[in-house]
This record gives sequence, structure tokens and C-alpha cells, in this order.
Amino acid sequence: MAELTAKSPCAGRLPLTIGAATVTEETLGPMTSIAPYRGRQADLAAALAAAHGLGWPQPNRSLTGAGVRLIWFGRDQALLTGAVADPALEDMAALADQSDAWAAVRLQGEAAEAVLARLVPVDLRRAVFAPGATLRSQLGHMPASLTRLDDHGFLILVYRSMAGTLLHDLKTAMEAAAARG
Amino acid sequence: MRISCPLCGPRDRREFYYRGAAVALQRPAADAGEDAWQAYVFLRDNPAGVTRDLWYHAQGCGAWLVVTRDTASHEILATELAAEVAS
Ligand SMILES: [Zn+2]
Repeated sequence: MAELTAKSPCAGRLPLTIGAATVTEETLGPMTSIAPYRGRQADLAAALAAAHGLGWPQPNRSLTGAGVRLIWFGRDQALLTGAVADPALEDMAALADQSDAWAAVRLQGEAAEAVLARLVPVDLRRAVFAPGATLRSQLGHMPASLTRLDDHGFLILVYRSMAGTLLHDLKTAMEAAAARG
Repeated sequence: MRISCPLCGPRDRREFYYRGAAVALQRPAADAGEDAWQAYVFLRDNPAGVTRDLWYHAQGCGAWLVVTRDTASHEILATELAAEVAS
């Protein structure tokens, strides 16, 4: 049987630094979308706490634990990264393996907010979008998940098929932000 | 124009897809008769004033919303999760 080599969505195209912003590819490990069945939210939160040390995230919030992150991902949906979801969760929620479905990058630097302000129609400044905050919106024309990791860092997820467009749009916005100084 | 999603907060109109009048939440029974079904499928009020629409937060959380708005002033009066209105 052939030995296949996995290729990451942004392979060969990152890192990229322009001005005061840098884009690197993030390796998040296993990714599983979790959508609770009707009436099972409380059971699911308890099972998540037992299996992964995390509860259920409020809308627009992400939770982090030992090597794992749980990102609110839409109405009644969250994305678990960094660990394979415990099979015990299957009783309470629809689980779907999304490990190869998303391009994940980190945008870091003093200019990160200014770059995203050109691409995302939501206020992402530190005062209203603090570390741990997450949201679903659009980046350019792409559906995206954005999470603030620290004072100057964001995790950006888009569909894997749109990785090239993501990097093109980020590069254009980074050049424009750098040109303004 | 901005719509306040009950989950995501205030968002630009471009994140939403417009479906139309919120009649889909009052679907007649299968045996309600031709008049009820004709009204449900075809008849709309088109008011110059307050109306209730279904909007889909396509680029956001993926929720269907019932938006109450004024077509004359463009004021958004209320937004609710359609799932909670319907249940
Ligand atoms: Zn929303």
C-alpha cells in the first residue's frame, strides 16, 4: 500500500511577514464539530467536563484546557481541537470529524487588528474582543471563524478549499496596513 | 443597515440572507383547504410599515431569525431566534 504524505492546507506558502504582522500556519491536531441533540445540552456539558475538562462554550466564547480548545462555532455548535472527541459524547451530540476540512492560521503582531479591520465587518479591537473571544463572520467574502488568542494574536479558520484566497486577502490587507505606517 | 443577532450581536446586513415574510412559521395543516394554502403560498401584505421577515445569519452563527422592522423608516424593532418563536 502506498505511503501517503499529508500536506497541510498552507504548505509552502507560510510564514509571511509584512510590516508589523506575521501569518503562520497552525497545526491544531484532531478537529471535531459537536452539535448537541435537543434537550441534551446539560448532559453534554457534564460529559465534556469529565472527558476533556471543558464545559460548553457560551456564544462568542472559546475555552482552553490541557492541549485542547473548544471554540463556539455557531448556533448549538462548537469545534473541539487538539484531542479526539471522547466517544461517550456521541450519545448527546452529533460529532463530525473536521480535521482535514479547515485551513488554520495565526495572525500575530501589532498590526493584526488593523489588518483584520480591512477584512472583517465586526469590531475586533481588544476592548470589545478580548483573549478567548471568538465569532463567526466573514473575512473578505469567505465564511470564517476568528478567535483572539492574546493581545496581538488571532486564530483564523476558513474552509480548506479557500486557503489560497485567505492568504491572498491577508497579504493584500497586510501590505495596505504596512503602507499606512 | 445592521441586524442584532440574538447570538452574535449587531452585524452588518451583508452577513444575512433574506427569505421573506415570516409566514413559514404558520404553515397550515395538510387538510386546511385550498383557501388557506393559497394564502400561505401566494398572498403577502407588503406593508408600508411594520413587517416580520425571516432572515438567515448565513455568514455568522447559522441561525434563522424573525426580524420585526419598519419598511418606511428602516428601523429594526426586534430580532428573535426563529426556533424559539416557532416552538
Ligand atoms: Zn448569529
